[in-house]
Order: sequence, then structure tokens, then C-alpha cells
Amino acid sequence: MSYLFLIIGAIFVNNFVLSQFLGICPFIGVSKKTDTALGMGLAVTFVMGLASVFTYMINKYVLVPLGLDAFLQTIAFILIIAGLVQSVEIVIKKVSPALYSALGVYLPLITTNCAVLGVALLNITKSYNLLQSFLNGVFSGVGFTLAILLLAGIRERLRDSDIPEHFQGFPITLIAASIMSMAFGAFSGMFGI
Amino acid sequence: MKKLEIVKNGVLTQNPTFRLVLGTCPTLAITTTAMNGIAMGGAVIFVLLCSNMMVSLLRNVIPDKVRIPAYVLIIATFVTVVEMVMRKYMYSLYQSLGLFLPLIVVNCIILARADAFASVNKIFDSAIDGVSMGLGFTLSITTIGIIREFFGSGSFFGMEITPLVNSGITMTIFILPAGGFLVYGFMMALINYLVGRKDKKNSKSSEEKEIEIAEVNE
Repeated sequence: MSYLFLIIGAIFVNNFVLSQFLGICPFIGVSKKTDTALGMGLAVTFVMGLASVFTYMINKYVLVPLGLDAFLQTIAFILIIAGLVQSVEIVIKKVSPALYSALGVYLPLITTNCAVLGVALLNITKSYNLLQSFLNGVFSGVGFTLAILLLAGIRERLRDSDIPEHFQGFPITLIAASIMSMAFGAFSGMFGI
Repeated sequence: MKKLEIVKNGVLTQNPTFRLVLGTCPTLAITTTAMNGIAMGGAVIFVLLCSNMMVSLLRNVIPDKVRIPAYVLIIATFVTVVEMVMRKYMYSLYQSLGLFLPLIVVNCIILARADAFASVNKIFDSAIDGVSMGLGFTLSITTIGIIREFFGSGSFFGMEITPLVNSGITMTIFILPAGGFLVYGFMMALINYLVGRKDKKNSKSSEEKEIEIAEVNE
């Protein structure tokens, strides 16, 4: 049951983008069309799931036993994530060219997506175990995908709307995101998460 | 490039928050109070200054193919320094910035300046660029922080404005996530308006405008 709450919490209640402000750059930058938004969302979900597992293992079996976790954590995690993204790119390119053409362009961008490093660090602060870390990583990614997909849908409609000159582009996108965030705010406090 | 121009570029023309739209995560997340804005800004200025100087010094040594991981490693080192210093000497600020302190590593402003400026310029220019970009970021997020703190909790840099609190017109929405997006959106629209009016006065050629728009979209 606690796993179910963790999943609901990661997708809705503590939505990474709309209530924790992680991964705003791709959220604003890659949300012009729904299909690119979906591609970005899937790539992020995939990397977040993997990164959660790898950073957990490195932290537990390398950094903590050596007593390095206080000051090498950030550096070690960002290196793991950068390496992971690079290897995922190489593997996908070789194994599934179709998937690569769908996700390929988004992969390099993910290294500097703070949602990935954010989830890795949050897993440690909340002292999740391996399964919890993995679920938190994957379903936070699902929450990210949901948010970016919804915003892309709104932006596709906004393109044909009559928007005041100075609000065009980023400002109206941010205001739309604000209203979405208000809607997601209704989930806060649900199930005591 | 003239030194003064680099400063003006960082603080105004290419303001990282409002013109380049980089580093949006901390801009939205920690600006619930003005003090947080200044602390975050200070940390970013330090990291930008050090990483820009280091990248500039090593620009002929780092091979082009591995430059991004190398930059990330340099940035992560300085972020760890800031983190440790703040934990020791400014514990309350360290706690209120929380997760976003280690996340300076993936703040796009710093990587963007390392890649776009420091890797092709001399150390002194890079240092000036780092400080002025950081200053532009600090000014913007502190302004957002002042607005959100004023309307949301009825205080100014932590000092309570009693009539405002007593009349009960403070709006909690401003310190909630939704308020962050809202204030940022309206500020950006205001800045677009001001820049647009200035452009009309100077009757800027449309070509220059297009370049600017292209830069913003990047």
C-alpha cells in the first residue's frame, strides 16, 4: 500500500514540474508540440529510472563505506548521470534505430535536466530503499511527462489565439503553467503525502 | 570586447533570467523570500566566477570532444565548495535553499557561459562576464523574491509590514508554486513591453531584433 501512495505522490501530489520546480527548462523549452513533448517525457522517464538505481548503488556500496558521501555526492552523481546518458545513447543507436530517431535528439539535453540529478539526491535525503528509489524515479518521470504533455496541448491551442503582443512566447506559457500548477495544487495534502 | 560592454550585456541586454530564459528552476523555486534570492544569487556568482576563470585557463587544454563533461566536473567542484561553506557558516540559508544548492551544478546559465564565453575568451574578460551574468541573475531573482514575499507573506526582507498583515489582504497564492509561475510570466511581459518601447525609440533595424529573438529562443 505504501508503494501505491509513493506512486500517486510522485505523479500528482509532488509533481516534479508543477510543485517542486524541477526540470523547468525542458518543460518550457521543449513543449511547443505534443509529439516532441512526449518524446522528451519518455526519454526523461527512462533516464530517471536508470539514474535512480545507479546512484543508489554507488551511494550505498561505494560512497558511504568510504565515508565520501558528504562531499563527493554531487560530483559523483552528475558524472554517473552524464555517463549513463552517453551510454544509453550509444546502446539505443545500435539496438533500436527507430527508438533512437524518436528519442535521440533529447538525450544529450537530459544531462543538464535538474529533474534527473534532483531525483537522485531526493532519494538519498528521503532514505528510500532500492525499490522505492526506482519507483520514485520512474513515476516522477511519468509526472514530468504528464505535465509537459498537458502544457504542449495548451500551447498548440494558444498558437491560434489572439494574445497581447508582449505576452507572446514565454510569458503566456508561464501563465498557463501557473494555472496548471493551481489545478495540481488541489492534490496537495491528499493521503497525507 | 570592451569591459563595460560585457557588464551591460550580462546585467541588461542578455539578462539570463528575462532575456535568455536560463536557470528557470531556481528562479521559480527559491524566490518565496527576497533573502533566498540574494543567497542563491551569491552562490551562483561565486560558482560562475570560479568556473569561468577555470574554463578560460584550461581552454587550450580541454579536448573539444569531452568539453561538456569537463566543464560539468569543474562546476560540480565549485558547487561542492559553496555547499560545504554554507552548511558550516550559514546553516539556516543552507536549509531554506535545500535541494537547489547542489542543483546549481545543472543550472544552465553556468554551463552556457562556460561553453559560449569562457571557452573562447581570456581569463580577465571571462571573470567579468561571470560576475555580471551572476549579478543579472541575482537582481532578477531578488526582484521576483521581493514581489512574492511582499504579496504572499506581507514582509520585506523578513521584516513584517504590520498594516499589511493585520488587514489580512496577503495572498498565499504568491508563495505557492502557482504564484511563482505567475509573477515570472508577468515580469517577463513587462520587460518585453519596456524593451519594445525602447526599441521603437531607437528605431532599431528589424534584422537586429530578429537576432535577439533567435537568441532568446535558444
